Amino acid sequence: MRLAGLGLLALLIVASLLIGAADMSAQGLLTTAEGRALLFESRLPRTLAAVLAGAGLAVSGQVMQVLARNRFVEPMTAGAGQSAALGLLICLLLLPGASIGAKMAAASVAALAGSLGLMALIRPLPPSQPLLVPLVALVYGGVIGGVVTFIAWQGDLMQLLGTWLTGELSGVLRGRYELLWIAAGASALTYLIADRLTLLTLGEDAARALGLNVGLVTAAAVAAVSVVTAMVVVTIGSLPFVGLVVPNLTARLAGDNLRRALPLTALAGAGLVLAADLLGRVVRAPYEVPAATMITVIGAAAFVVLLNRGTARV
Amino acid sequence: MIRIEGLHHQIAGAEVLRGIDLTLPEGGVTALIGPNGAGKSTLLSLIARLIRVQRGRIEIGGHVVGQTRDRDLARVVAVLAQGAHVSARLRVAELVGFGRYPWHLGRPGAADHAAVDAALERFDLTGLRHRFLDELSGGQRQRAFVAMAFAQDTPYLLLDEPLNNLDIAAARDLMTLVRGLADEAGRTVVIVLHDINYATAFADRLVVLKQGQVVAQGAPGEVVSAPLLADVFGTAARVEQIDGRPVVLV
Repeated sequence: MRLAGLGLLALLIVASLLIGAADMSAQGLLTTAEGRALLFESRLPRTLAAVLAGAGLAVSGQVMQVLARNRFVEPMTAGAGQSAALGLLICLLLLPGASIGAKMAAASVAALAGSLGLMALIRPLPPSQPLLVPLVALVYGGVIGGVVTFIAWQGDLMQLLGTWLTGELSGVLRGRYELLWIAAGASALTYLIADRLTLLTLGEDAARALGLNVGLVTAAAVAAVSVVTAMVVVTIGSLPFVGLVVPNLTARLAGDNLRRALPLTALAGAGLVLAADLLGRVVRAPYEVPAATMITVIGAAAFVVLLNRGTARV
Repeated sequence: MIRIEGLHHQIAGAEVLRGIDLTLPEGGVTALIGPNGAGKSTLLSLIARLIRVQRGRIEIGGHVVGQTRDRDLARVVAVLAQGAHVSARLRVAELVGFGRYPWHLGRPGAADHAAVDAALERFDLTGLRHRFLDELSGGQRQRAFVAMAFAQDTPYLLLDEPLNNLDIAAARDLMTLVRGLADEAGRTVVIVLHDINYATAFADRLVVLKQGQVVAQGAPGEVVSAPLLADVFGTAARVEQIDGRPVVLV
């Protein structure tokens, strides 16, 4: 299954390197100076950005689902994504000339606060009502998103906000996506503690009874999820549903043992975002449809199906 | 040995345990019985350090609960909480393997795999090891959870109402396995049971709780009687002796 997935992803990567608005043959990409510049300045960074963002978001979705003990939450729509945008916006308003490092830090800290807020909010909800958690999470994310919109409106930044938060990859060039490697590192961290995270699926008491340091593992996981979300928001904008749909599908195939599931989740997430970006490039070429729009169309439909099918088995 | 002294516990201002003094010797099966709200599960959770001790002292296998690190206690006592509700899609062998965590701390070795295999074998789960938990019957599921606690390889095993929602065949199978844990594997088992007949049939000792206090303890034959049922449970059930042990006629 992983091999087939890797093969598919490799195909998508090759396609992504070959397809774009500039008219350039495969041979030209490698042999001409112009082609090489196109390849290394634009197409390769864009492809890598899609792969890293997709893998990171899918993994952080799965981790958040373990933390929330609920299948229907993901950081991008549940407050972390909106909080990262809020942090970024405040940083831009207060420090107009802020460095990329400052923006990154502001987004990460805000995403962390947003994630912790969500965890505190859903903690008292009864596990017997699994739909309450996504409901509260969506409302929570919506409220923070509303604050973002309000501030942008007041600051006359609405248009900027729109272009900036819609997750799309046409603006990705070399030098503008490297933050996503940090997201990849944070995702890799969750793989290192995959066994411990899986113990949390047994419930906090059972995990503690096995001697797990629940607080420490939860803190590390929340931090990783927040960093991934923030890096993606800062670099390419908001990409909803990846963290929701992909883990739900891989859980069906590989189960919830994260040691086993996370690699597959990362692979599928990378494939989904890359495919969406590719589709967006092709659908009405030479214009582009943002990857986030493509994913939302696919993801929203898949979410409804999952909700309907999922409630019986949660 | 489990030694409990002067244990009091309050939940939301209500006194749930009121001065428990109890000593449970090593080995055998001890059943905690009593009506709903008597404090059985609270007592078990306190011994398992799932709830913080407010007043009193609990010592298990020489370790004082509350003063011993979680990691160390995880090698002394295993607990199966009531209605272990796991929605995650985990395979049986993975679940049982979690029981080894206190020993390998994330890096399972050959000894851990052998222990998991032995636990699967003992609980008759070898053929189901690759199944997901949500593909099992209630009885198989519960066996898998007890197998996980067994794989934890602790001298003390605490089980909170493991027979909930099991039919008679699954319940008897599970109790026979639990009995074997004490007799063959030398574990000390403390189990909360609702059905007194299972308690008298499978336990060596009964501890009867009522309103947060121990009102009787001892061998089933010494403890279970019609007057006790009337006093503790407030129900007038007959108790007959069959094959030398008391049986409650419901």
